Amino acid sequence: MIASTKHQAVLTAINDNKELEGALLPILHQIQHDLGHIPSEHVADIAEALNLSRAEVHGVVSFYHTFTTKPHGQHVIEVCRAESCQAKGGREIEAAVKEALGVDYEQTTDDGQITLEPVYCLGNCACSPSIKIDSQIYGRLTTQSVEDLIQSLRSEQH
Amino acid sequence: MTTTIYIPRDSAAISVGADFVANKLAQLDEVEIIRNGSRGLFWLEPMVEVQTDQGRIAYGPVTADQIDGLIEAGMLEGKQDHALCLGKTDDIPYLAKQQRLTFERAGLIDPVSLEDYTAHEGYQGLQRALGMTGQACVDEVKASGLRGRGGAAFPTGIKWQTVLDAPGEKKYIVCNADEGDSGTFADRLQMEADPFGLIEGMTIAGITVGADKGYIYLREEYPHAHQILNEAIANAEQHNWLGDNIQNSGKHFHLEVRLGAKSYICGEETALLESLEGKRGVVRAKPPLPALEGLFGKPTIVNNVLSLSSIPGIFAKGAAHYADFGMGRSRGTMPFQLAGNLKQPGLVELAFGVTLRELLEDFGGGSASGRPLRAVQVGGPLGPYMPESQWDTQMDYEALIQIGGMLGHGGLVAFDDSVDMAEQARFSMEFCAEESCGKCTPCRVGAVRGVETIDKIRANDERAQNTELLKNLCNTMEKGSLCAMGGMTPFPVMSALNHFGEDFEK
Ligand SMILES: Cc1cc2nc3c(=O)[nH]c(=O)nc-3n(C[C@H](O)[C@H](O)[C@H](O)COP(=O)(O)O)c2cc1C
Ligand code: SF4
Ligand code: FES
Repeated sequence: MIASTKHQAVLTAINDNKELEGALLPILHQIQHDLGHIPSEHVADIAEALNLSRAEVHGVVSFYHTFTTKPHGQHVIEVCRAESCQAKGGREIEAAVKEALGVDYEQTTDDGQITLEPVYCLGNCACSPSIKIDSQIYGRLTTQSVEDLIQSLRSEQH
Repeated sequence: MTTTIYIPRDSAAISVGADFVANKLAQLDEVEIIRNGSRGLFWLEPMVEVQTDQGRIAYGPVTADQIDGLIEAGMLEGKQDHALCLGKTDDIPYLAKQQRLTFERAGLIDPVSLEDYTAHEGYQGLQRALGMTGQACVDEVKASGLRGRGGAAFPTGIKWQTVLDAPGEKKYIVCNADEGDSGTFADRLQMEADPFGLIEGMTIAGITVGADKGYIYLREEYPHAHQILNEAIANAEQHNWLGDNIQNSGKHFHLEVRLGAKSYICGEETALLESLEGKRGVVRAKPPLPALEGLFGKPTIVNNVLSLSSIPGIFAKGAAHYADFGMGRSRGTMPFQLAGNLKQPGLVELAFGVTLRELLEDFGGGSASGRPLRAVQVGGPLGPYMPESQWDTQMDYEALIQIGGMLGHGGLVAFDDSVDMAEQARFSMEFCAEESCGKCTPCRVGAVRGVETIDKIRANDERAQNTELLKNLCNTMEKGSLCAMGGMTPFPVMSALNHFGEDFEK
């Protein structure tokens, strides 16, 4: 995305939310959603609009796992690492996903398409093991079904 | 004649194919499809229910490509010959044996239909509360014996009393919908199956203490619940169950959903308030209590989804009805969540007092893998791993505390004998290191040291000394941490070491 459009998205997020009580998280969510990251170069705009210091805004961005300063891939795969999924073979799912993507957590595939992230429970523990791809949750996975999901995600792109 | 078919829009049901089933059913003539919530019998999802003269007949777990066969076998007429037929939904033993109060409507209704909600006792509680004084409402909650279902089990009525008595024009109601505990999903199920129950509960809280604004702090990991809550809130606003001058009562209550941002500690109530204010989710020292100085410094009720969702029924049926369930100081019912390696995982709402073994065996049906069960983590990631010798414990707040455990939010995660308990202990420390808010040293540094120490024990590097070190570290974390994150991470770790020590010596 070209710089000015990026800036525009940040300004829009600020304008849409700045009248809310506790506006910072809603603003950051909207930017993260629209741009796939929080561009550091525009943190000053957010700080100014909310009467905060830049350091305060940076502090909030870095505290929460959701907000990233690096752009993520076109798709995000989140693998549940928590206990219920562990009890149902989640560690094998985790290994299969890493293997299929060739990346570790917090990394993006070389083609820039898929970012891998850990998640601690998706509330889908009665259908463990689970992963989330973008906004869709998948349950009762096997290493085979998870590889198929990644395969179809990849073929979608071509 | 049009046949009514139910297929859940619950996110767990969708995670195993409910949308494909719904799309397939939508191609049929003369059927009306209702996307209900889940009944919580998750091993049977996607579960299709067909409305018949004798009640609803259930089929599950159904895949889209089984629909043709089911139709041929007479599913639309409610015929019961097909292998997937489960008989009448109400007679499925897993459901029939439960005592559903908070989850009374789950799966019965279209979650965003106000018509359905009011036809099933919805808003009767609020109607009653609108005719009562704030003090009478608080007394009703006290009489129910309800204790917070988020984990700490603090009496809800006493919390409400503090906020009622607190001076100030501006007060808030905050719903803790962060549901960070692994192995738990009752908040999610409730919000996706019966969002008006939560909305009504929060509205009653608002008119009780004189708060006109409420926030639902929802974890970001729940996009379906977010969608459903927003639809329900819009409906309630449109029909004047939310907003100004609710049902001409002169009372106002506005409600908004705010999303968390993947942080476990933001489930702790003061970190949650910081987060709602737009700050880092760092735990506040108490006092002051949030009830007195909560959101933006104003008196605030912070309650869990289940606590608030139990309120409408308490007002509609009367406090005594609720308090009649349970044992000792644990009154009412608890929505237990059966997860992990079980054949029949799902939601089981029962009066307090059921044993862990009954939940695991009678409801859970034993392990999913067919191997013997070995350990059960009760009460989320900060709860201890319980060995079989403890499974006859009654599930009641005090009974669990007595054996060094806790009921927490009611999650049970079962592991079969393939589990490596040293690895589980390591994960607990790793999770704490990852999610610590960083405010106190025993938690922030202790957890990192804990991971290293367990690694050394497992590698047989000065095992005896490092085991001693781990115990000391746990002791320091337990005694010296500001909140339960650092303070209770030792529970799963020490329980693994004490009950499954052999796994550390492989
Ligand atoms: C580390 C930590 C995490 C917590 N996570 C949650 C949570 O996800 N949901 C919740 O309702 N309560 C959680 N709690 C408990 C809350 O601090 C608080 O007790 C609760 O929201 C009060 O509501 P209740 O009285 O209705 O249970 C957590 C506490 C701690 C220490
Ligand atoms: S125990 Fe951990 S999470 Fe809790 S306040 Fe201290 S550092 Fe923060
Ligand atoms: S532990 Fe994986 S979904 Fe809950």
